[in-house]
Amino acid sequence: MNLAVNNQSLVLALGLVMIALAIGWKEKLGIDRDMIIGVVRAVIQLFVVGYLLKYVFRIANIWLTAILIFIIIFNAGYNAKQRSGGIPKALPISVGAILISTGVTLGVLMLAGAIKFIPSQMIPISGMIASNSMVAIGLCYRNLNAQFKQERQAVLEKLALGADLKDASRDIVRASIKTGMQPTIDSAKTVGIVSLPGMMSGLIFAGVDPVRAIKYQIMVTFMLMSATSIGSVLACYWAYRGFYNERKQLQVPSN
Amino acid sequence: MVCNDFYAEGALIVSLLTLENVGYQVGQQQILRGISLAIDAGEWVTFAGPSGGGKSTLARIIASLLSRTSGELTFDGQPIDSYDPIAYRRRVSYSFQQPTLFGETVRDNLAFPYQIRQLPFDSQRAITALEYVGLAGADLDKAVIDLSGGQRQRVALLRNVMIYPEVLILDEVTAGLDAENKAFVWSLIDHFNQEDGITILTITHDQSEITAAKRLVTVVDGQIVPGGAS
Repeated sequence: MNLAVNNQSLVLALGLVMIALAIGWKEKLGIDRDMIIGVVRAVIQLFVVGYLLKYVFRIANIWLTAILIFIIIFNAGYNAKQRSGGIPKALPISVGAILISTGVTLGVLMLAGAIKFIPSQMIPISGMIASNSMVAIGLCYRNLNAQFKQERQAVLEKLALGADLKDASRDIVRASIKTGMQPTIDSAKTVGIVSLPGMMSGLIFAGVDPVRAIKYQIMVTFMLMSATSIGSVLACYWAYRGFYNERKQLQVPSN
Repeated sequence: MVCNDFYAEGALIVSLLTLENVGYQVGQQQILRGISLAIDAGEWVTFAGPSGGGKSTLARIIASLLSRTSGELTFDGQPIDSYDPIAYRRRVSYSFQQPTLFGETVRDNLAFPYQIRQLPFDSQRAITALEYVGLAGADLDKAVIDLSGGQRQRVALLRNVMIYPEVLILDEVTAGLDAENKAFVWSLIDHFNQEDGITILTITHDQSEITAAKRLVTVVDGQIVPGGAS
């Protein structure tokens, strides 16, 4: 292990936050408070998680691992719901979509023998999958809201012609699924040539042979593709009905 | 009793559409109040009145794109709420003032009514219909962005009648068209009514269309003007 981050280097690295704060203050961006809250929260959350993970890894209990994975999934679902802009039932939809996308992806990885059900592998991988699924679902919600407003006339005309809700919403749902998956697809296209992503960088940092590290990164790329596609498809197909009332009339949710 | 119901040889003949005291309210704002009207099958009713008076809201309620907040609305003798809204809208079709054409080509639009009913597209019928409205059969694959305003309106109208509805609601479909296109679209509507027996409800501001109305209903401030319904 050739990592050399100690408390002193962390304090010195805080200087980087000062640069961001100075820019925010000079440009009057009004984000100083948010930035400070963000930094303080990040430090506290990461310290808590660090000690918690150390404990969980040490006792290696299946149930505790499962509970932690569910907490991660619920939090991801809750955060995705915050971006729903008032879409009805956004919390159960988000949690359900993240649960299934994470479950299927983890299941395939375990069946393939890529990971084992041990906390040091399951928890970080679940976090990566759930967070990517969360971002994808958030983008889906934003696009659904924007498109149902923008394409309101076309949706009304399709309904007026007797289209069912699925036919009236099909183009919007497809565009939203695409929007949710796009960042993962873009990042898969540029991985290695633009960015050396977290998993791979972390392993290289920790002294692992880069050729071995890329194999993990390939696995991560595959699993994120699966997670974001499953999450986006489920969330969009479950959420679009919230744009209609019980008489199958268009209603744009209020925020 | 506002219905045109009457007994013929002992059988009750019911109006196709009956509105009794229909109202529509958004928050504290009363958009429509006390609308009572009966429309028989095969009629052509013209709705006129100033902008913002509630004509389009009324039409959208009849088309089940909005729900009334008070009163009763029946279609074919049954309360509108007893119908599945999708099945109902296939029988009572609504055409908008400035229609949005779907997809990329005329075909995408004329095939839509078949697609949503999971029926095979009758391209021969589409070609005949296009020729009838003064477009060429080859225009079936024409890009919608290459159509003029009048052509767009004709394609949109055809989209509503590729599979005949029982009622066709036309919300200012001739507004913004030149005199030639306006006359053509009007003759087309007349054909749907006279030859195909479709019940027509039109909304218009056009004085010549109001003058030529077979039955005129004037809506002002959300109410039918006394004497404005004939």
